[in-house]
Amino acid sequence: MLRRIFSPPLPPLPPLSPMPPLPPLPPLPRLPRRRAEWMNLAVPLLLIVALLVLAAFGQILGGPFERTVIEAMIRVILVMGLAIFIGNSGIVSFGHTGFMLVAAYAAAWLTMPPMMKSLALPGLPPFLAEAEYGFLTSLVASSLLAGVVGLVVGLILMRLSGIAASIASFAFLAMMYAIYANWDRVTGATSSIVGIPTYSTVWNSSLLAGLAILVAYFYGRSRFGLALRATRDEPHAAAASGISLYWQRVLAFILSSFICGIAGVSYAHFLGVLNPGAFYLDLTFIALSMLVIGGRSSLCGGVVGVIALSGFIQILRWGEQGVSWGQTTLHLPNGVQEIVIGIIMVLSLIFRPQGLIAHDPVWGQKKLPPKAKHGR
Amino acid sequence: MTPIGPYILQILFDSLTLGSLYAMGALGIALIFGVMRLVNFAHGNFVAFCVFALLVPSTEVTARVFLGALPTPLLILVILAIGAGLSMASEIIVFRHIRQANPVTMMIASFATGFTLQYILLFLFSSRPKTVDLWAGISTPVTIAGAHIPLLQLITIGVTLVLLLSLTWLLRRTQFGIEMRGAAEDFMMARLLGVRANRIILAAFAVSGFLAASIGLILVAQSGTADIKMGLPIMLVAFVSTVIGGMGNLFGAVMAGFLVGLVTTLLQVTLPLELRGFRDALVYAAVILMLLWRPQGLFASATAKERV
Repeated sequence: MLRRIFSPPLPPLPPLSPMPPLPPLPPLPRLPRRRAEWMNLAVPLLLIVALLVLAAFGQILGGPFERTVIEAMIRVILVMGLAIFIGNSGIVSFGHTGFMLVAAYAAAWLTMPPMMKSLALPGLPPFLAEAEYGFLTSLVASSLLAGVVGLVVGLILMRLSGIAASIASFAFLAMMYAIYANWDRVTGATSSIVGIPTYSTVWNSSLLAGLAILVAYFYGRSRFGLALRATRDEPHAAAASGISLYWQRVLAFILSSFICGIAGVSYAHFLGVLNPGAFYLDLTFIALSMLVIGGRSSLCGGVVGVIALSGFIQILRWGEQGVSWGQTTLHLPNGVQEIVIGIIMVLSLIFRPQGLIAHDPVWGQKKLPPKAKHGR
Repeated sequence: MTPIGPYILQILFDSLTLGSLYAMGALGIALIFGVMRLVNFAHGNFVAFCVFALLVPSTEVTARVFLGALPTPLLILVILAIGAGLSMASEIIVFRHIRQANPVTMMIASFATGFTLQYILLFLFSSRPKTVDLWAGISTPVTIAGAHIPLLQLITIGVTLVLLLSLTWLLRRTQFGIEMRGAAEDFMMARLLGVRANRIILAAFAVSGFLAASIGLILVAQSGTADIKMGLPIMLVAFVSTVIGGMGNLFGAVMAGFLVGLVTTLLQVTLPLELRGFRDALVYAAVILMLLWRPQGLFASATAKERV
């Protein structure tokens, strides 16, 4: 019985053979050196240089090309404004054209000659009706107004979750349009108001575009931009790390509405004529297309998207005006421009949902592995 | 002094009519959102497309009817089928390929689809509104308890109620409806239990397009004009209704649609004439203020909630 339990002792183990010497360790791979801050700054600076070159071309060629360049610069400002919020927070806003609308009309109120204001906009309060300010005052005051509206709207909209916030921003745009299209004594309702001084030139619009790029860059590199991108990529982890989703989103919303306000002022002083219909769905769609096709989570993406689509739109516009081919003139029918852009947009979303430039060395870091789908 | 009873009845019918359109629109959007988390911004363009299917493509002001020449029952069936077909085609051509993408990408893709559709209509029909004389005599008033109610309003409300009840039956009692509700609740789980994803999503699109076509028919009968942007106001309110009702909640969307209809009609009646233009702005403002009070919507469902 006990025998069975206590088995005989095991035989001794054979002596260990001497261990062969280890091969020398390979040298550690060199970690990539952290780029200095000024090297990161190279990206926005190169973008600005590129824009200035474009501006110089616009200045030299003049005429319709100059106008195309100014319009492209204004769209760069608008798209940078959108990118600050949409790119970093991952929430689409359809409402930012509304801030452009607010600022553009404010610019008209400030800069139109009092004579014309008394005719077209008799409902203005006296401090606006009798004044005639210059470009700088108009730029600062009108953009600040857009920023204040952005603050109020942001405080409300950012309480909603992502998709609901997008839809509510759509409601905001519709509301602004409904107000400005009916407030006839102050905005001239749906009829165009004319006589806004055309201060926008190639140079000041490209400088403002450069400013917008720098603001977007420094915001993106700041702790606030980093925190907001954390809420975009890992909302739960970000919230657990003490980041307030609400306040980070509100902050970006205010900043981006301010930048969109700058775009609105420049646009008002570019067109010289204002109409609330110019700031509704079509402009919203074009601006979003530029951001998305270019790449909504990179700084370069927005600018590249604007330049690429603006050039493309210009070619199609020439097509609509007619191209001479020997004896015959070929016209593209109306609407083809928009159809083609819409189709490009759909195709680019299907085949390259991250846009032309998905990550640039400034905002994006290394590409993350695809996230597991939760619960869907 | 007119008696107050008929007046209130008239307001009630007005708001029910408007609410019916909004509720159908909201339901069409909520159905698709439920099964695939897609916010379909093209929905309003589906409405316009169905209306223009009645006409011969031309850029003239007076419209020549094309499908509109068919006898009425056949016409209704054909237009409803076109709506369902268009919606299904958009799913097959566009949305199927981005189903795995995040909701933001899908939302922008639907915006792009709607934009393209709108300009295809502009290309074919020009942007001028056209008069369409479909079913003359449908707006003859009927007198009920002293109130003059256009026949069309009664038809609209009746059709909406029938559609809503039959959809409820479809969703609650049939195999297909149960599968669809399961998919809306938890898509992955539904697939694991044998629900065919493509089929159920396609079906949701078909029902949604069917509702869009119904809205289009009612709108064109009501206004007698066809405009390439005619679906837009309804679509905007329908979106807002889905948010008020709580994203992903079908019942909430329908109720919110009726609620917005009521509020709009009340504002229309009570606002002084010079402020009436701001009616829509006030409706949207009311919606935004309501969201301040209840960001998750009035009828928020526990499952479809986004926590962040």
